[in-house]
Amino acid sequence: MSTIAFASGQSAAPRRTMPARVTAAFWDTADVAGRNLRTLLRTPQALVFATIQPVIFVLLFRYAFGGAIHVPGVDYVDYLMPGIFAQTVCFGAIGTAVGLSADLRSGILIRFRTLPMARIAVLGGRTLADLARNLLVVTVMIGVGFAAGFRSPDGAAGVLAALGLTLAFAYAISWGFAALGLRVSDPEAAQAAGVPVMFLLVFTSSAFVPLASMPGWLQAISAHQPVNALVSAERALILGGPALHDALVSLAWTAGILLAFGALAARSYARMNR
Amino acid sequence: MNSPAIEADGLKKTFGKVTALDGLSFQAPAGSVLGLLGPNGSGKTTTVSILSTSLRPDAGRAAVRGLDVVAEAPAVREVIGFAGQFAAVDPNLTGRENLTLIGRLSRVGRKQARTRADELLDAFGLGAAAGRLVRTYSGGMRRRLDVAAALLHNPPVLFLDEPTTGLDPESRFGLWDSVRALARAGTTVLLTTQYLEEADALADQVVIIDSGRVADVGTPAQLKARVGTVVFSLGFGSAVAAEAAVKVLAEAGYQPDRAGAGIQVRSDSGSGALPRVLRALDGLVPDPVSVAVREPTLDDVFLTLTSSAAGPMSRGGKAA
Repeated sequence: MSTIAFASGQSAAPRRTMPARVTAAFWDTADVAGRNLRTLLRTPQALVFATIQPVIFVLLFRYAFGGAIHVPGVDYVDYLMPGIFAQTVCFGAIGTAVGLSADLRSGILIRFRTLPMARIAVLGGRTLADLARNLLVVTVMIGVGFAAGFRSPDGAAGVLAALGLTLAFAYAISWGFAALGLRVSDPEAAQAAGVPVMFLLVFTSSAFVPLASMPGWLQAISAHQPVNALVSAERALILGGPALHDALVSLAWTAGILLAFGALAARSYARMNR
Repeated sequence: MNSPAIEADGLKKTFGKVTALDGLSFQAPAGSVLGLLGPNGSGKTTTVSILSTSLRPDAGRAAVRGLDVVAEAPAVREVIGFAGQFAAVDPNLTGRENLTLIGRLSRVGRKQARTRADELLDAFGLGAAAGRLVRTYSGGMRRRLDVAAALLHNPPVLFLDEPTTGLDPESRFGLWDSVRALARAGTTVLLTTQYLEEADALADQVVIIDSGRVADVGTPAQLKARVGTVVFSLGFGSAVAAEAAVKVLAEAGYQPDRAGAGIQVRSDSGSGALPRVLRALDGLVPDPVSVAVREPTLDDVFLTLTSSAAGPMSRGGKAA
């Protein structure tokens, strides 16, 4: 048996102190996020397509279906827009899976894994950049909604609070899609796996129609799913009325999803070396 | 203390039912160029992935400059550069942006990252294209950028996984020059390749791997001495005639191999041996319809390794 003498770490790097490591991790995350945003801005067609779908939904539901949907006591366009915001970020979050699996396939992720950078920066930078992308698209949707007649009865403060909740939720589910992106073989698979899940969650929520119009068994499920919680909270904030309870429920979902999927994504990343 | 820069000891790795590495061991002295030569699926990429800390071995150990690649992975990453099999650069960033990003993530400092990026772009002949998006680069340019990206923090140990696969000859020779320059500057380089010619041109020591095990180890000169310096390919009209030629040549002391209606004969005394081969066949078998003289390839190396029972290369892994 050939035995090789392993000299112990003669040139081991000096151990960094905790604050220095946190600072370095922050900058690594910012660098990766910056790279992802730059890539996004240089492929504007991706951004355009991310915007077209929700625009079509606004037009469809405002003008094609909206006439058939009656929600007592509120203009349908005002009822619709909180749903559109939720739908926009839910589908937008799938981009996290698509982007990560593209980086995995191109080999960039493997390169990152051989660099002396902070481990967290790859996923942190990706989800942060996707949050910024979601912010951009949602801002466009406010404009589209306004053009279609959306007027928040409760003023700008309500809309801003609702958008804060929406983006926080989007950030949390981004981590779920990060875990997905690391586990599927290619970007198309990531897209294909993400869309049905989001479709189901968005369309069984009260995003477009009141829960009361659904059969009882479905209402029971829908009333207790995270997208519905988000839409209810947004709507309460935008349309006015008691919003605290709904907002807290939505925030609880967001925190739970972030913890669970954040841990899952971090674990998936750590296990990529197996 | 003069420990090797790269050492692998009994590395094993399986993916599902596929055994990628089956007890691979080798060493590379500091400052040397080690060529890891083997066909597709022989375990080259798996080996480089383990040594560059992106993959964990199932068993065995590996170290870079004495640092264990599993237990001391963060420290290993500070002393290695890695360029994988596919140009892992971002097509939507410019060449300079790519290198600056990798430089920062390699922790060389923001300002130093920019300086180093420009130095490397010039060194790899990409200075003029530095501000262009990489998606407009040719394959050869991408590959050079990819290798440059492994060098931002001046790593003393460099891993290159099939750095010239898919490149045109000019780009390939350019990359060879870069590798030679790095080696002259004292960098330890481990490069994988499928081309005997490439290992011959660059490596001080060649490790031939097959099915995740070491099949042979030696300097390029030693390997070529075993394989022969040239190969004669003789084409016959039929497999029957080719088989007859194989018999005749074997009786005359050659070691011919037949594939269909063609045979291969190795020679270690250059192309001058061709007349003797033809004379040995003359009158005993139909005349060959084609005769070609070529350099030995990796296939020939493996044919030699598997066909000769004797010699230091038998029973993989225990080579000198």
